Amino acid sequence: MGGEEKREFWRWTESNWRNPDIDWKNARYITVGIDVGSVSSQAVIMADGQIFAYGSMRTGSDSPNSARNALAFALEATDMPGDRMDYCVGTGYGRVNVPMADRSITEIACHARGANFIYGPQVRTVLDVGGQDIKAIQCDEKGKVTNFLMNDKCAAGTGRGMEVFADLLGVSINEVGDRSFQVDEEPEAVASTCVVYAKSEATGLLRRGWSRERVLAAYCRAMAERIYSIVRRMGVIPEFAVTGGMAKNRGVMERLMPLIGLKRMETEWDTQIAGAVGAALFGYALCQKGKGREK
Amino acid sequence: MLASYGYGDGSGDYFITIDTDKCDGCGECVSACPAHVFVVVDEDPNDPLREEPVAMVAAGKRKKIKYECGPCKPASGRPTLPCVEACKAEAISHSW
Repeated sequence: MGGEEKREFWRWTESNWRNPDIDWKNARYITVGIDVGSVSSQAVIMADGQIFAYGSMRTGSDSPNSARNALAFALEATDMPGDRMDYCVGTGYGRVNVPMADRSITEIACHARGANFIYGPQVRTVLDVGGQDIKAIQCDEKGKVTNFLMNDKCAAGTGRGMEVFADLLGVSINEVGDRSFQVDEEPEAVASTCVVYAKSEATGLLRRGWSRERVLAAYCRAMAERIYSIVRRMGVIPEFAVTGGMAKNRGVMERLMPLIGLKRMETEWDTQIAGAVGAALFGYALCQKGKGREK
Repeated sequence: MLASYGYGDGSGDYFITIDTDKCDGCGECVSACPAHVFVVVDEDPNDPLREEPVAMVAAGKRKKIKYECGPCKPASGRPTLPCVEACKAEAISHSW
């Protein structure tokens, strides 16, 4: 049988990174934050509250292993032995299943704290669009949560839905944003953002002769509207920042921001690591308070 | 912190909001609620640096809160909700 190899269009880029300006040997506290989400897992290693290294990869079916793999992936980028770690905080859906964690903290607290770090202390509203839920969080200048709302009952408008669409349409997830703008006229949003219904609706549209780009545009618009309905319920105080994988999808983001009527903040950092950054920062704060691991 | 627990779906928004700055974790809501919706925990998982206990909506109740609260919310002649009445700090509110 000939033909092309079966590609996995949903597969986003896994990455690890090490900060060349930091020498872990000089650090007083090495703290680790591990965010085991429904779709992706991140491990961030911090040296005295600065990002030293991180690894970001897909969550497998086994939470403890996903946590171990993400940490090993981050360590791979460094020359630091794993046992140098002073404190480890687990967060995300799988937070109670992080074997090396000294403590678990919810992703709500961690995302606010992480956004405060990667976007700066001006952030007041954090929108986290993760693999399976949407969180809207308001925080103060220290990254402490002042108001939050989470919808995890339904995965409509989340990263996993976008993966399903990328696969259905055979468009790599990294190209979804750009491709969704390659339409002559912006179509109306698909009627449902429910992943299951939207998929069947999209199949119908394709059969009617819609281009893939047009279907993507309609779906991105529906996701933006769905995300907006959650943000609107809590209210938005500027500055506004987005964390999670969806922040990288301009197809959704550029349709969402006009609804909100604000600009979103920009960052050099990978938006997917925000939760793990927050977790590592809490670990650092606990160590500084003398509440770290007993030695 | 205003902690909202619940969900929104096609039929509406169903959130219980607890103002954790007012809540002192006394636990009156826990015993007042006939559906056992509330719990008091010693460490607030959403605020790791907080020192005192706090009330929250039990994890198993959040995704069916509309139905758990249903018996206290008849369509007409709705009395004051027992949880709202029990909370002397006035920390509890419902979105629907």
